[in-house]
Amino acid sequence: MISDAIDNEQVEILLNDVLESHGYDFLEYSHASIKRRIIRLYGLDNFVSFAEFRYTVKTDKQYFKRFLEEITVNVTEMFRDPSFYKSLRNDVLPVLGTYPFIRIWVAGCSTGEEAYSLAIVLKELNLLNKSLIYATDINPSVLDKAKKGMFPLNYLKQYSENYLQSGGLKDFSTYYTANYSLAKFDESLNSKMIFSTHNLVSDHSFNEFQLILCRNVLIYFDKDLQHKVFNLFDGSIEKLGYLALGSKESLEFWPKAKEYKRVKMEKIWRKL
Amino acid sequence: MAETVDSTPCGALIIGGSAGSLDVLLEIFPALRNDIGFPIVLVIHRKASNESLLTDLLKSRTTLEVSEAEEKEFLSPGKVFIAPADYHMLIEEDQSISLDYSEKVNYSRPSIDVTFQSAAEVFREKLVCILLSGSNADGVEGLKSANNFRGRVVIQNPNTAIMPYMPQQAVLNVEPHLILDSHDMADYINKLND
Repeated sequence: MISDAIDNEQVEILLNDVLESHGYDFLEYSHASIKRRIIRLYGLDNFVSFAEFRYTVKTDKQYFKRFLEEITVNVTEMFRDPSFYKSLRNDVLPVLGTYPFIRIWVAGCSTGEEAYSLAIVLKELNLLNKSLIYATDINPSVLDKAKKGMFPLNYLKQYSENYLQSGGLKDFSTYYTANYSLAKFDESLNSKMIFSTHNLVSDHSFNEFQLILCRNVLIYFDKDLQHKVFNLFDGSIEKLGYLALGSKESLEFWPKAKEYKRVKMEKIWRKL
Repeated sequence: MAETVDSTPCGALIIGGSAGSLDVLLEIFPALRNDIGFPIVLVIHRKASNESLLTDLLKSRTTLEVSEAEEKEFLSPGKVFIAPADYHMLIEEDQSISLDYSEKVNYSRPSIDVTFQSAAEVFREKLVCILLSGSNADGVEGLKSANNFRGRVVIQNPNTAIMPYMPQQAVLNVEPHLILDSHDMADYINKLND
């Protein structure tokens, strides 16, 4: 990858075009990260000039779909950070289990691995039937994948190890059927999921939840945008509800952080 | 080889390493002076699960402040920032840290290339990159960027590295300012801002 194929000014021009022509606002994303994604895509798709790249992104609706999918990071995993899922299983979900109905928002769900992980834990705690998981992402094409609940079979060994480390009680393979190179997850899991596009930058709160899970999404936002999103979450979490973030993300510098209490050592906070 | 005496002040030192680099770090760190005038960033390949092991090991060998990098944290002189396991680490224009969980680069996350490349553009001629022992080719593209932005490129002598492949690839593809044995590195770093 030629790291200086596109300069800072061109990044800004491109992102302004994207906002004007397509309505997606990436201007408050962490600059170094988004610039790297843009240069990566420019190289992958063999553009010969910035002008050509800019014109295509601006005018070609079909190409913009690809742009959106490649510019955002969609790398995810089932039961990523097993100790986090252990804490959900032991400390958070049993508390929510005392409610008549559990509403959970997985914000920035990408291809759905976290939503399915959560559904598995809920099922093992006998809570899935009274839960509803809202899984949202900015990107319609990853949501199509998430709805299908099919993940590459070659990752399943790692997922299975993660699951066992997180306190999983069963043989992980009982949750899916192998189909060529894919593992198709049990339909009882996504029967309790609602998939929808939602842009954390521009869309508003749409419900109240007892748990919001948003992991490894905020690292791509600058500090101001992070705080805006925390405010959005704050307006979407019930009193005594929980907010769960990625292993390197924190509420720490957000002005309202003192209204939240950290759950043990994990990146989980409870609204007071 | 390019000039070896360089009076440009160092704005940041970034050290990349893979297999065989821990021994070098453990040799360098006890010998570093405690008034280093620039931030030191470490990008070391390791298993995702050994989270704080590297940080704890280095802490015990130096009086410098050593910590795993937090996202949005600012680089500051005299401190050592370790790229967290399983995240790429990038440096922003304002010298703050961005973390990124995107695809592995050279089968690695953190990737040395990613940090070298973003730092090259920010620190330009004030950047010093050191590439240590390792058995894949990560770091080479990053050193090229550092060179393009007139930063300084230092490579561990492949002949004395535990795993010569990584420094060898770098020497073959990038013109270094210096090739150093591990026991000369602390002295080099200590004199960077004299």
